[in-house]
Amino acid sequence: MSTESGLNVLKPKDFANDLEVRWCPGCGDYSILAQMKKVLPELGIPKHKIVFISGIGCSSRFPYYLSTYGFHTIHGRAPTFATGLKIANPELSVWVITGDGDGLSIGGNHLLHVIRRNVNVNIVMFNNRIYGLTKGQYSPTSRVGHKTKSTPYGSIDRPLSALSVALGAEASFVARSLDVNIKHLGETLKRAAGHRGASFVEVYQDCNVFNHEAFSYATDKEVKADNTIYLEHGKPLIFGKDRHMGIRLNGTDPEVVKLGEGVREDDLLFHDEKAPEPSLAYLLSRMSYPEFPEPMGVFRCIDAPVYEEQVDAQVEKAVETAGDGDLDKLFNSGDTWTVD
Amino acid sequence: MSTASTDRGAENEYEFEERESVIIRFAGDSGDGMQLVGGQFTNASAVYGNDVSTFPDFPAEIRAPAGTLAGVSGFQIHFSNHDIKTPGDVLDALVAMNPAALKTNLPALQKGGVLICNTDSFTLNDLKKAGYAENPLDGHGIDDYMVVKIDMTRLNRDAVGKDTPLSQRAVDRCKNFFALGLLYWLYDRPTDPTLNWIKQKFGKMLDVCEANERSLRAGYNYGETLELFTHRYRVKPAKDTPPGKYRQIMGNQALAYGMVTAAKMAQSELVYATYPITPASDILHELAKLKHFRARTYQAEDEIAAMGAAIGAAYGGKLAATGTSGPGLALKAEAIGLAVMAELPVVIVNVQRGGPSTGLPTKTEQADLLQAMFGRNGECPVPIVAAAHPSDCFTMIQEAFRIAVEFMTPVIFLSDGYIANGAEPWKIPEIDGINKIEIKYASSPNGNGSAQAFQPYTRDEKLARPWAPPGIPGCEHRIGGLEKEAITGNVSYDPENHQKMIHLRQEKVDGIANSIPEQTVTGPEEGDLLLVSWGGTFGAVSTAAAKARDKGQSVAHAHLKYLSPFPKNLGDLLGRYRQVLVPELNMGQLRLLLRGHFLVDAKGYNKVKGQPFYVSELEKAIDGLLED
Ligand code: SF4
Repeated sequence: MSTESGLNVLKPKDFANDLEVRWCPGCGDYSILAQMKKVLPELGIPKHKIVFISGIGCSSRFPYYLSTYGFHTIHGRAPTFATGLKIANPELSVWVITGDGDGLSIGGNHLLHVIRRNVNVNIVMFNNRIYGLTKGQYSPTSRVGHKTKSTPYGSIDRPLSALSVALGAEASFVARSLDVNIKHLGETLKRAAGHRGASFVEVYQDCNVFNHEAFSYATDKEVKADNTIYLEHGKPLIFGKDRHMGIRLNGTDPEVVKLGEGVREDDLLFHDEKAPEPSLAYLLSRMSYPEFPEPMGVFRCIDAPVYEEQVDAQVEKAVETAGDGDLDKLFNSGDTWTVD
Repeated sequence: MSTASTDRGAENEYEFEERESVIIRFAGDSGDGMQLVGGQFTNASAVYGNDVSTFPDFPAEIRAPAGTLAGVSGFQIHFSNHDIKTPGDVLDALVAMNPAALKTNLPALQKGGVLICNTDSFTLNDLKKAGYAENPLDGHGIDDYMVVKIDMTRLNRDAVGKDTPLSQRAVDRCKNFFALGLLYWLYDRPTDPTLNWIKQKFGKMLDVCEANERSLRAGYNYGETLELFTHRYRVKPAKDTPPGKYRQIMGNQALAYGMVTAAKMAQSELVYATYPITPASDILHELAKLKHFRARTYQAEDEIAAMGAAIGAAYGGKLAATGTSGPGLALKAEAIGLAVMAELPVVIVNVQRGGPSTGLPTKTEQADLLQAMFGRNGECPVPIVAAAHPSDCFTMIQEAFRIAVEFMTPVIFLSDGYIANGAEPWKIPEIDGINKIEIKYASSPNGNGSAQAFQPYTRDEKLARPWAPPGIPGCEHRIGGLEKEAITGNVSYDPENHQKMIHLRQEKVDGIANSIPEQTVTGPEEGDLLLVSWGGTFGAVSTAAAKARDKGQSVAHAHLKYLSPFPKNLGDLLGRYRQVLVPELNMGQLRLLLRGHFLVDAKGYNKVKGQPFYVSELEKAIDGLLED
């Protein structure tokens, strides 16, 4: 069967391979993998043009469990390989799979720069606020006071907000989702794939073994509606089980307000993912539990020049103005002399 | 004769004294433009037909206060009527633009040599900065030289003229051209190449253009008019130069040209990913100008990122390289290991400099051989090639790419600061004569229809695995840094498989020896002494060996361009001489490898001063060994 684009219609199972998946039972990674397999066939991109590049960590095993091209590289450096690959072949659809340790600790620098350059890749950061593969040390996103194997008295490091980092690096696409909210996760991944430029998606992921229920405030049926807020472009920021709460700006600070009692929807903060300045998105990225409901969805999505396209444009321009590189001409440039 | 005489004749007829070769050095403050005039003199000499060899000696990158010893910049040129390979040991002439330049460079000037000083910058303040209690030009310390004192700053101001709209500072900046003009006259060099260069460079800024021209001409005429010298010198064009068309080329430039050439010869495109570092940055600068060759340059956020991007580009099917120096190679080590494991073709250029740590960034050294050889975790063999002289970079970088794609392996290319910045005449190659590089990409699944359609770790007769850049239908596969199962490329923790793969990777690299030329020697096929060298010491060592043979000593010379694997016949060769001497600008790194590989009692001659070898010190070392 063929679609208009002449592609065979692929199914999630077409993206599976027969390697045994080796994450711990109950790990949030399974759900992300499942959603990815579901999303990939919907993108209309043939399998041989898709590449998954990862660093090191539990999440970085991801490429082994798909049937696309895959490159499991070294700790923290996945964005560098992805950038080189995109310079070599801009036509590929490239995903970077990373974690909070891989992406924000050892690879922080590369994450900043791949985002800053706006290389057209989709970066998915599995944030479980822990080092899983090395068996349970605290990570750059672990909360202060978190007791782990390497912090028996509690972590004293101030955690990073992955999204604030991405926005600080001039990200053109920033989003957040949850491993267990499969519908939202799927939609978010799809939007990331559709964005031209570097898309950064943070996925709250449960490490079943070393940091179980780190995100229960955002996933438990009873409380999740009060502790998360789902962003929609152009819509007011409303949350809560009964959708009776909202976020209002007080000066430059967000505050939680109850709707009614003199507060109307129009008084609330309206989400604008296309805002040219990242200030609003940044403000949202700072909202964290328990003071605030944590925003989910697309924080920012703007148009910006794509890195590898500009690389190519410069090359084409050079060829146009100087003519196709001619070795003979190059060698004979400058002063020459002849010996008889 | 000492100072400028004022009773000039109406017309001065100068005798020319013929010289086989001459060594001069321009020395001044880093703001004095010594590198620029050095380059111009080199070019003029090369265009004239001499063989030339140069040695630019930069101060540290950060500009030291003007006039201080630390700020002295020098450029040495050896030009000759015969084939030469080094910038020479002792100077025939020295131009000292200030007291600091005099102090640091005078020891290199031979007794009776020409010493030209700009007296205008021998003020009390300048003298103090150079640490002179009194003016050396007034004392007896310079009695042994043919001293020419010129108030260059003033003369240059007069030459440029009062009508110039340029500031005094800008005018003074031209005085290097005055000095150049004077030396052009003294050594009978053509001025046209420099005049043309000035036009090209400053063409749009007419005033600057004119000022520089006037300075150059004034310097030339100053020599002509004033009886500063009893005679002029002439070094005829080199007669033993093979016929052909020539140009001048510097090491890093030759490397860049070689890279775009390799890409053309492979019918591929170059991706050069790098991070700025002395003395490798000029490769990036050269390549950034060659975008019309479809060369993509990428200035990464750090050394590791540069390595990652180069590997990413290689994975993507392009001819990929990175360039760095010692500290950068250290940072790239882990990623190079990944390229070994993933078996991807990528070239890593290391332009060595003085180490350890930040070391001597602007000085030359050969102390990264063992880092290139062993500086990674695990059993991690990487082939190593090294250029011998500036234009050799052009040839050897193509070799590096050939080996990389033919054997699907990273390759380390070693150069050094001396090669990178040195210039020499280069016989322009015929394009048709350049070797093609054959790239074979995978085109379809190679599996047997079972589990995996494409098996990335099958091997050809050279033990190379297929190169399957993403984008080929049916060849989807996963690679990475975890140990690979033979054939399938799946992750494997199996002990037997690990042992097998360790051996396979080593065998593959060892097998490269079958595709490289056998080691040659110059001099006797067997005898008393074999000198073994590698890298930028080629010129000095080969010259010393030739001189020893002229003296009747039985001395041969083998210069290695392939350091891993070694040429197949090397062990046999080493055994044919009573003694083996390995001169290196390190503590004996090649010597260690040779001793380990071949159980040969190789001796070392080692210098680690950030400076190249003098031929004379090598001659002494040879004499010392042969006397024992
Ligand atoms: S250690 Fe945690 S993150 Fe890693 S696979 Fe197990 S549950 Fe998942």
